[in-house]
Amino acid sequence: MRRLAALGSLLLALGLLASLPAWIGNSYYVNIASQVLLYAVFALGLNVIVGYAGLVSLGHAGLFGIAAYSGAILITAGYGHFVAIAGALVVTLGVAALFAVLALRGTGLGFVMITVALGQIVWGVAYRWISLTNGDNGVSITSRPAPFGLSLVDANPFYWATLVVFLVAVAAIAIFVASPFGASLRGTRDQPRRMNALGYNVWLIRFLAFLFSGLWSGVAGLLFLYYNQFVSPQTVALTASAEVLLMVISGGTATLLGPIAGALLVVIMKNVASGYIERWNFVLGAIFVAIVIFMPEGLVPGSLRLWRWATRRRRQHPAGPAAMAPVPHGSINGGAQ
Amino acid sequence: MSALEVSGLQKSFGGLRVTREVNLSVEPGERRLIIGPNGAGKTTLFSLITGELRPDAGSIRLFGREIVRVPSRRRAHLGLARTYQIITLFQRETLLHNVMLSLLGLSGLRWNPFRRFAQQAALIEAGRAALARVGLLDMADRPLSDTSYGERRRVEIAMGLAQNPKVLLLDEPFAGLSIEERRDVQGLLASIPHDVTIVMIEHDMDVALEFAERITVLHFGEVVVEGSRAEVVAHPKTREIYLGE
Amino acid sequence: MNLWLLAANSIAFGGLLFLLSAGFALIFGLMRIPNLTHGSLFMLGAYFGVSLISWGVGFWLAALAGGVGVAVLGGLIERLLLRRLPGAELAQVLVTLGLSFMIADACLMQWGGDPISIETPAALRGASRVAGVAFPTYRLGVIVIAVAFAVVLWAMLERTRLGAMIRAGVDDPMMARAVGIRVPLLFTLVFCLGSGLAGFAGVIGGPILSVYPGLDQDMLPLALVVVILGGSGSLVGAFVGSFVVGVLYNFGQALLPELAYVVLFLPMLVVLVVRPAGLFGRSSP
Repeated sequence: MRRLAALGSLLLALGLLASLPAWIGNSYYVNIASQVLLYAVFALGLNVIVGYAGLVSLGHAGLFGIAAYSGAILITAGYGHFVAIAGALVVTLGVAALFAVLALRGTGLGFVMITVALGQIVWGVAYRWISLTNGDNGVSITSRPAPFGLSLVDANPFYWATLVVFLVAVAAIAIFVASPFGASLRGTRDQPRRMNALGYNVWLIRFLAFLFSGLWSGVAGLLFLYYNQFVSPQTVALTASAEVLLMVISGGTATLLGPIAGALLVVIMKNVASGYIERWNFVLGAIFVAIVIFMPEGLVPGSLRLWRWATRRRRQHPAGPAAMAPVPHGSINGGAQ
Repeated sequence: MSALEVSGLQKSFGGLRVTREVNLSVEPGERRLIIGPNGAGKTTLFSLITGELRPDAGSIRLFGREIVRVPSRRRAHLGLARTYQIITLFQRETLLHNVMLSLLGLSGLRWNPFRRFAQQAALIEAGRAALARVGLLDMADRPLSDTSYGERRRVEIAMGLAQNPKVLLLDEPFAGLSIEERRDVQGLLASIPHDVTIVMIEHDMDVALEFAERITVLHFGEVVVEGSRAEVVAHPKTREIYLGE
Repeated sequence: MNLWLLAANSIAFGGLLFLLSAGFALIFGLMRIPNLTHGSLFMLGAYFGVSLISWGVGFWLAALAGGVGVAVLGGLIERLLLRRLPGAELAQVLVTLGLSFMIADACLMQWGGDPISIETPAALRGASRVAGVAFPTYRLGVIVIAVAFAVVLWAMLERTRLGAMIRAGVDDPMMARAVGIRVPLLFTLVFCLGSGLAGFAGVIGGPILSVYPGLDQDMLPLALVVVILGGSGSLVGAFVGSFVVGVLYNFGQALLPELAYVVLFLPMLVVLVVRPAGLFGRSSP
């Protein structure tokens, strides 16, 4: 019975997602939906390493951007979309392997610092290696691929193509997380020394997880490239890494829905905010500070916690004063590793 | 051939020589007790044997095979398991998941990213069997965070036993237990078949002496007395260390 | 470009980097916070200097006041925000990251998007001859200031009670607390000191680098590299690391402008692979 209900709601969600262009109508909003989906793929990929491996990366925009740049450079060099996509993913995996080898020299804060530095190298290359990346002006491409002869030029078909990639990503990551390897990965997050003594190769598990995370970041980077048909150093800046980390953290780490909710939230806020104020970065920073201080376990679990706390309080004391509800374990405020 | 043979083992941290010169030979199927005052280097010795620490000098043989250069994780695959004095379990997971992780560590399945971990019948069966052995089968699906300290101690032992080790190192399995729980764990240890060699660190002399056949006394990183129960208890050095005579 | 001039520029830039990263290294060593606002504090100091000078304040006074202003801000950040997250290092990093975005955007609003240059103080204009070679006087001045600060900081760390407490805190925070050192107060002081140095460096760097949006993003990675090279909490490491990075950055820009960034980060990668604790840091047990 419960399985049936779950299956029913899954089908309903799929139906809603697939028919979204029909009831949204306006191609501006369909494009925003595409943005949400492509950033959700990125956030899901980052969550593999942040949520399930417990390693916080602030350099993932580097991987996202390398895929976008490689794709753009291959296309402008005259290669077809298939070659460009395959080549970009191979390059991204190679760079992800290099990132992982270096960043895994540290854990905890060391890992964070090294990923910041690596991300900034990518930014420096994008910005300064003008003969390759066209510097500040970025690289533009003029076409989107047409899989099976279907043109993706219009907003609706592009949305559907993005939706297909998104669904594949969700399924792949769901299977990965529930697998024996996923269980091993979570074990290395919670008790790395114990895992080692139990016979696991902790380093290799983390390395492979980083590659998997890098792969989906790369896929998202290619979606980004085809969506904007443009990539610039802005794409690989530290703010971009922070933005996707905010999606993961705000939605709730180590959950499947969290990064998707986070992507929805951040993309919508960004689009709404930019309609009223110029200063998206200021808002982004303020949200970051507020979330870390007040809802460290993420907006979705955090709101649930506050809600439960508030309703329980109301039942006990009809007009109880508001104080912070206790923060449970498993949040980024959980402390030092 | 000894099940575990340690010779000339040395380890210093900075200038502090925690393990000076340890020689130890444990026969297959033996129950060996290691005692010594705080800071004698008992837990360090375990960490050296399992490879979590790298010794400065010396040799460690497991059934005749030199393992001093074998990485820690490989030693688990060679039949060496340990429990920890400070409980290091997976807090968010169920008891069954904890024991299944222990089993998975020795299985090639641990690299598989496609199948469902929660539906691996062989692992589940073996995990439930290990929990049954320590009397926790009825709690298998409870999260670890909902269990008592004594139950966690038993989960530690279940994880060690689940790997079906040839040599099992137990680091203070009775620490912090109530009298009843001690009796449970004592019975549990007595039920382990003798194809498992056991080396145990323990402070509680009553239960420990009953369990062990031979005893090694460690003091300032050195073996000072070794022998049968009666020999060690009667030895003047033991009295000197423990009673300050 | 003249090789001597390049060398002088490199060393002067290294001096600036030392002022920036000494505070970063101390904060990281003592509090275990990679303070990602550090580049922003540098930029903010520079903008403070710009405003003060435009109101008629002299250069040196503006540099001091810029440093003090940023130090106060740093103290507030530590007291009001980081203090609320005790022991949660990761959360503290994320807060400093969020703040860096806010500061960057606030500067953009206040001072606009165009680069602003700070005039070299009159006394240090022109060139001086050292050993028969002409060097820009201001850059020599920056080197002298950096070395003077290095000596003062070293003396403070090694010779004063405050320094002894900081060293104890870097070595073993638990032990420092146990022997009665008021670690929370120490944290605030070190955060103020580190921030103030960054702000001061921002004004001093103005005549060389000028001030522009993105200066924070340019400087932060340099401080990160210095600390990864030199090791956290090590003043000597920060000193040596700063000059290594200063030389690599300037020579890289002159000789391989497109790959300057890669050249800059290569030694960091080598150090990470060979000696992750940094050249002068203690490897953790």
